[in-house]
Amino acid sequence: MNEPTITQEIIAAHNLTREEHDQVVAILGREPTYTELGIFSVMWSEHCSYKSSKVHLQTLPTSGAAVLQGPGENAGVVDLGDGLAAVFKVESHNHPSFIEPYQGAATGVGGIIRDIFTMGARPIALLDSLRFGPLADARNRYLMGGVVAGISGYGNAVGVPTVGGEVCFAECYSGNPLVNVLCLGIAPVDKLFYGRAGGIGNPVFYVGAKTGRDGIHGATMASETFDEKSEERRPTVQVGDPFREKLLIEACLELMRTDALVGIQDMGAAGLTCSSCEMASRGGTGVEIDVRLVPRREEGMTPYEVMLSESQERMLLVAREGAERIVQEIFARYDLDAVVVGRVTADGLMRVRDGTRVMAEIPVKGLVANAPVYRRPALRPAWQDEVQYLDLHHIPLPRDCGEVLLRLLASPTIACKATVWERYDHMLFLNTVVGPGADAVVLRLKGTERGIALAMDGNGRYVFLDPRVGGMIAVAEAARNVVTSGAEPVAITNCLNFGDPTRPEIMWQFAEAVRGMAEACRALQTPVTGGNVSFYNETMGQAIFPTPIVGMLGILAHIDHATTPGWKGAGDVVVLLGQTREELGGSEYLKVCHGLIQGRPPTIDLDFERRVLQCCLEAIRAGFVRSAHDCSDGGLAVALAESCISDPERHIGVEVSLSETGRPDALLFGEGQSRILLSLREADLGRLEAIALRHGVPVTILGRTGGSRFLCTGRTFTINLPVAALDQAWRGSLPTLLRQG
Amino acid sequence: MRFGIIVFPGSNCELDCQWVLEKVLGQQADLIWHTEKELKDYDCLILPGGFAHGDYLRTGAIARFSPVMKAVERYAEDGGLILGICNGFQVLCEAGLLPGALLRNTSLAFICRHVHVRVENTATPFTTACRPGQVLRVPINHNEGRYYADPETLRQLNEKGQVIFRYATAGGETTDGANPNGSLDNIAGICNERRNVLGLMPHPERAAESLLGSTSGLLLFESIVRSGRAASPMSR
Repeated sequence: MNEPTITQEIIAAHNLTREEHDQVVAILGREPTYTELGIFSVMWSEHCSYKSSKVHLQTLPTSGAAVLQGPGENAGVVDLGDGLAAVFKVESHNHPSFIEPYQGAATGVGGIIRDIFTMGARPIALLDSLRFGPLADARNRYLMGGVVAGISGYGNAVGVPTVGGEVCFAECYSGNPLVNVLCLGIAPVDKLFYGRAGGIGNPVFYVGAKTGRDGIHGATMASETFDEKSEERRPTVQVGDPFREKLLIEACLELMRTDALVGIQDMGAAGLTCSSCEMASRGGTGVEIDVRLVPRREEGMTPYEVMLSESQERMLLVAREGAERIVQEIFARYDLDAVVVGRVTADGLMRVRDGTRVMAEIPVKGLVANAPVYRRPALRPAWQDEVQYLDLHHIPLPRDCGEVLLRLLASPTIACKATVWERYDHMLFLNTVVGPGADAVVLRLKGTERGIALAMDGNGRYVFLDPRVGGMIAVAEAARNVVTSGAEPVAITNCLNFGDPTRPEIMWQFAEAVRGMAEACRALQTPVTGGNVSFYNETMGQAIFPTPIVGMLGILAHIDHATTPGWKGAGDVVVLLGQTREELGGSEYLKVCHGLIQGRPPTIDLDFERRVLQCCLEAIRAGFVRSAHDCSDGGLAVALAESCISDPERHIGVEVSLSETGRPDALLFGEGQSRILLSLREADLGRLEAIALRHGVPVTILGRTGGSRFLCTGRTFTINLPVAALDQAWRGSLPTLLRQG
Repeated sequence: MRFGIIVFPGSNCELDCQWVLEKVLGQQADLIWHTEKELKDYDCLILPGGFAHGDYLRTGAIARFSPVMKAVERYAEDGGLILGICNGFQVLCEAGLLPGALLRNTSLAFICRHVHVRVENTATPFTTACRPGQVLRVPINHNEGRYYADPETLRQLNEKGQVIFRYATAGGETTDGANPNGSLDNIAGICNERRNVLGLMPHPERAAESLLGSTSGLLLFESIVRSGRAASPMSR
């Protein structure tokens, strides 16, 4: 079969610029073949090469005492002590989920799970961060329904519990929903595996499902913006098979208990191409593959198609020479293909053969390490000042603060998400001590007395209004959620969802947000262990809010430190750590009640944040904190309300008075940072105040828990509502919104 | 006691069952791959939850043809104790070891949450540690949990005391509101006429440690251990 001749049109269709094509010719010393062009095209796509983000990502702190593996491998690794390691990473599947929500989300789950077990870890938890447009629009309901069903369908069947996450809504996600999936696995520290092709002459195995034509150029598709024809790209979305993946997990973990394995990597974006050349690149070797040996489920596939297919549930592994039988026997037990498709070579080339015919021969170094890197122009948008301008004098004061509270509780971003997470198995493996719906998820670490906390956070509105501050808050809030759950924040993984990086204002948002995140990661000592960048989140030229999502991992020194937001009994004292300022910019209140996405996001002092977190953690570890809850979306009033109603089987009222002067709406619904709501027995108040004094953190006594009403008074307002009414607004909202139409 | 946990490709609750039996109850629990044709001397078999063979077809429809199932059937005929949890219950129904079938939830959605079930019969080897009418708090986790049987089968189940658990409120009332999936007569678990095979949709292994929110599922395993002790050595 002859391959097409390379023309300008074909080069352009592969999304390679003229300069990039020239670079390809320079690397090869000749024009590329069609297969080679395809390989360069996917490897140099934004999705695989990080060519626009690299220079900025390099400014993030990536090392720390607990970090065993930073960015650059399939996932980050953190030391948990007792010979155990946490392997975790977040990845986006935004573009496929917009085109085909069920399969897009399902294969997003499948892909990130493979990144985790390829390191030798058993995947034990999934979390997802989702963003959709308003549910009044039937298409958004369809997208959300499909995404949730896809996560549920794949995650439940593959046997990895979806223990938590978050769902938020805003207009800008209508044409471009976000599906970011985080997976956590646990591995023995001394049995970690890496995606490295080592040992010249060692066999390269293809294992797992057979290769079809699905997902060809998926990575390229994820590196473009959308237009009205985007739905026609359905064939670039892969189809997931969770059963096959379950078998693949078990077979790979079994193989890892033998001494047969040298290196292993999943075939995700850019399939066989990316896995083989990245493994060779990390191993400092070459790799030779004969596509004719690749198991296929479709007839007549060309070498080009085999190399670029993104069929799911496949892995590439390098085994010790002589251990072929061990590999084949284990995979046969699970009814999976395990075929030697090539060898590790010494020549530093990625050679693709079709039988005896050489279809591609590319220096691995040129393809991977010398991929293009761009410092793209960044420019603060002209409209930035305009959106940051907010004169509170023009915002009318609410007549009935109680009514505002009910509206905020029913706002889908704040409302109870049980209708979503009840569709996910969130209990498998018997680790879920605190499940979905709390500030963070808490898992016990079997065989130790410790626990792991995980939170995902990222407020796109704040980042839109001020990318640097928004980036800081994304990290700080995730850390706070982990701390209020009883854990010390240790490290993050991040998923950076932005628009088209060739637009200077998008690049400015990106650079600023990364700068803010880097500052917060340094201040809070939570290095970045890896993650993913998703650019081109635009439809018809309309970009999403810049939305960096932070996945924060924390460690509980003792699982008994696990703490939840709900009040634990009547008569406890309710206190606030931190300080309330008159801040309303970027708040959910301004959006819901005044239709405004305006102002500067709340200010944040990272040193103060660190002290608040240390104070809270010390109090929790001292054992007297009965409940802890972060003040975030909807401010103090919403945090208080959630603490009354978070446990459906036990509602407890509260009576508080706020003595501060200032606008009641800012006091109640402002989203000032570094604030934590605690409840404790009155007798322990002195202990808390002593700890807070040592950390220089103000403590304000707000009131007491008890009764069946939410009573909150201030100088100029009173909210007096039955707790049942709060619960109805909060718990009833999402099911109602999803049922309409 | 020695438990055997049958593992189909796609099962996923086998390690959880093993954890509870070994770490919480101090029993022995072996995993048995579905291709085994002979079973060793087990005191009780467990068919765990999960998605046997992917369950892309009707749940349990392929699992019943797994090689191990012949041995499981013989084991049941010999009077051995078999507990089917969730997918295990579905497999037992498909295999004809229990009557009826499990259909898709009326909500057409997967449901994972804690529910309450009332113990309807304590005179089985699986429920002797329960009080009559006791309400247990246990999680469900399924897409196909709506129990159905034809009217004649249902009549017999009721007459012969084979309905072991019904979905109920925390106070023990078997209301429609307490029925999470539309099961006939709120049925959450049944046994065979001989009372040595029990299937239930809720996951007792997920309610076996106070750290995880409930311990009432332990009563099932404790009942089995108790009956095993009484009958030991088992005559089969």
